[in-house]
Amino acid sequence: MSSARRIGDVILAVDGVSLAFGGVRALQGVSFDVREHEVRAIIGPNGAGKSSMLNVLNGVYHPQEGKISFRSYEFRDMDSRRAAKLGIARTFQNIALFKGMTVLDNLMTGRNLKMRCNFLQQALWMGPARREELAHRKAVEEIIDFLEIQHIRRTPVGRLPYGLQKRVELGRALAAEPAVLLLDEPMAGMNLEEKQDMCRFVLDVNDHYGTTIVLIEHDMGVVMDISDRVLVLDYGRKLADGTPDEVRGDQKVIDAYLGVAH
Amino acid sequence: MTTDAGTLDTFPKLLMHHARVRGARPAIREKDLGIWQTWTWQHYADEVRALACGLAEQGFRRGEHLALVGDNRPRLYAAICAAQCLGGVPVPLYQDAVATEMAFPIQNAEIAFAFAEDQEQVDKLLEILPQCPTLKRIYYDDPRGMRHYAQPQLMSYDKLLEIGRASLARRPEFLEEEIEKGRASDTAAMFFTSGTTGVPKGVVLTHENLIDRSRAVAEMEALGDHDVVLAFMPPAWIGQNIFSYAQPLVAGYCICCPEAAETVVSDMREVAPTYYFAPPRVFEALLTQVSVRMEDAAALKRWLYRSFMAVAKRVGTRILERRPVSLLDRILYYLGDFLIYAPLRNVLGMSKVRIAYTGGEAIGPDLFSFYRSLGINLKQLYGSTETSVFVCVQPDGQVKSDTVGPAVKGVELKFTPQRELLIRSPGLFKEYYKNPQATREAKDAEGWFHTGDAGYVDQDGHVRIIDRAKDVGKLADGTLFAPKYLENKLKFFPYLKEAVAFGDKRERVCAFINIDMEAVADWAERRNIAFSGYTDLAQQDPVYELVAQCLEQVNADLAREPELANSQIHRFLILHKELEADDGELTRTRKVRRGFIAEKYGSLVEAMFQGRNSVHVEAQVKYEDGRSATFAAELKIRDAKTFAPAAARRAA
Repeated sequence: MSSARRIGDVILAVDGVSLAFGGVRALQGVSFDVREHEVRAIIGPNGAGKSSMLNVLNGVYHPQEGKISFRSYEFRDMDSRRAAKLGIARTFQNIALFKGMTVLDNLMTGRNLKMRCNFLQQALWMGPARREELAHRKAVEEIIDFLEIQHIRRTPVGRLPYGLQKRVELGRALAAEPAVLLLDEPMAGMNLEEKQDMCRFVLDVNDHYGTTIVLIEHDMGVVMDISDRVLVLDYGRKLADGTPDEVRGDQKVIDAYLGVAH
Repeated sequence: MTTDAGTLDTFPKLLMHHARVRGARPAIREKDLGIWQTWTWQHYADEVRALACGLAEQGFRRGEHLALVGDNRPRLYAAICAAQCLGGVPVPLYQDAVATEMAFPIQNAEIAFAFAEDQEQVDKLLEILPQCPTLKRIYYDDPRGMRHYAQPQLMSYDKLLEIGRASLARRPEFLEEEIEKGRASDTAAMFFTSGTTGVPKGVVLTHENLIDRSRAVAEMEALGDHDVVLAFMPPAWIGQNIFSYAQPLVAGYCICCPEAAETVVSDMREVAPTYYFAPPRVFEALLTQVSVRMEDAAALKRWLYRSFMAVAKRVGTRILERRPVSLLDRILYYLGDFLIYAPLRNVLGMSKVRIAYTGGEAIGPDLFSFYRSLGINLKQLYGSTETSVFVCVQPDGQVKSDTVGPAVKGVELKFTPQRELLIRSPGLFKEYYKNPQATREAKDAEGWFHTGDAGYVDQDGHVRIIDRAKDVGKLADGTLFAPKYLENKLKFFPYLKEAVAFGDKRERVCAFINIDMEAVADWAERRNIAFSGYTDLAQQDPVYELVAQCLEQVNADLAREPELANSQIHRFLILHKELEADDGELTRTRKVRRGFIAEKYGSLVEAMFQGRNSVHVEAQVKYEDGRSATFAAELKIRDAKTFAPAAARRAA
């Protein structure tokens, strides 16, 4: 499957990143990179620093040490607005949508950074503002079609089942037309069928839009099936890094996941 | 050149006619990316021309078959007509069929060309490629996910269109000549009947068959280009094909294709069709939805709904039929119309429905009058694939819940001594494809088609169908046992989704029940009954009680009908799984395959008749991802309350 996709050069890299909250050292000198168009997974036991790593990548957390590079830019740390402008979008472990708004409106918020008209123009909804909104609506409709959520277009998000909310959140992230998409446990809490659907959508996004995907996931089966390369974290350190097969055979990974006799 | 549409004898000629006389009027609408996109008749004709030329370039020859697998889409209908332009035979297949089911028709007709809607359908066709070596070309419409497919058989619809346009520009006269070669007696289409028994059969219908029947009913109902239809049933079903292909080409009306299967209800509201056709189960499902939502409504709304539905039940049908009604009832009904019926019609998307048909199966009388009492002109029709649908249709003003109406113009009827209905009609099929024996069995030397349905003509000249002739049986005491009739009565309850009644040559009647997951789950939630899934919910005591109450009402009804009083249902069990077409228990049009079920669940049937209180069941469960597991459980069997015929009369 991966042979069919064209994996390019390194697009995003972190080098020796350390992050501490007071005495808790969440990440300790972790380095890894993400290549263009690949599906990159980060796995590890609870508290291994997976979500922290994602938060460093899109600028929610600011690491004390190390640097981050994106394409030709290099930063000491990222900030969220810059991450969004550079084309890094994300979804959250515990869905962060506007519950009272419809699916359509939620997806439109994903286009926020691409809107150029000022407040007055938008309020009057004349000429350029109207054209702009129609263009954005078209982009959003394509995502609705892509994710097969036409039937809930006008439904407030809060009324949707969990699996669909996850799909809507993916849609909102896609609405920003990101170069890199960070997915924080996209399949957590789903049943088998929903997981399969989600896997298919993640692979379709990767294939259709060429989006680079970094995902955190607990379900080993899912990760091994859809990822090109897997990074394993444990207690904030890098434990292993490589193709699913390499990682699966790695003794340190087996010990960390299955426990080791002392 | 002006021609009268009434003399045109093939579908391609009709299409070209509409392009000439109403070129700018809408022919097909499809909701795409949230917006209704329109194909005018001119656009429809242009697309078909290019597509037909493309197919010709690809080696599609006169008499050749084109398999079509997909949902209702303008391009699917264009492909049907394109094949017909070249004298070919479109063979629509059910889009929800599993791959192995598609193999038979393709092998049977040695099909070389196929049209597939999207990746899902292409995958199925590729899967059966080893068994179907004749298949050499697959055209796909939606390119999503198709980028990495390298099979030499595949080509996109757009590419085919491009080839066709170039060819059309090179030799524009070619296609006109091909269309002119078409004769009324040519085969127009082939439909594979799912059949409640045995191997599928390809029903061969000519242009004359389909056009004659479409025209007869279009004239009877005064259909014209102001009418609108929503196409939401599978195009492989003759009913949908007549309503969204044959009849629009005859009458010039517009069809609308919904955005997705899940959006049909809201699309229907937007489109507001004037002409509507659905099998009874669709009306059943709509009623279930309404009932469930009303149960969740606030007390005042529930009270309003109940009170006014009672008014509608009493006088609604009479008002629809313009029969005399007292002034007070009339005022109450108009108030009800303002508060309840009109909004409800709007929610159902039936505000503008002028004519609604149901057919394909018997409809429960209560279900039927529910819609009519709301002011929706729902009528019954009778027909099958072999008869190009229209055999009997109820004309306005002559609607009865227990008949299917008088014969449509051109149809002759007669009955065998065993009460089996025989038909002779211009719409009668040519033959079963490559199956002369079956053709002989169904159509005798004088051209009478044996329907397999038992019935009679009542005093008004209406045909009344009792049941499938082979299903009608007798109880051990010799009284009539019509299982379908009982099942339809049961299915009227929103909580019951399917029922299978057994009683032929038995002392009394027992039944299998499938609960309606949506309705019962909602009911259970409101009572704080916890459950994990269908099987768990189905076996809970309160659910059994709920079902027993439904059966009690049916039995009370039956006790009032002297002929059927003995058919009261004595015992029942709720099946551990929903009956599924994928498991062969239902046909693709979701009719119960009685014989198959009786055989598959033979031990359960026996347990009910032996008077046991539970039965052990072990079953292979197949999940959607292909895994299977063994499932074992004790199914409960319960008695239902029955009534002595006389006692019920006193109670009523």
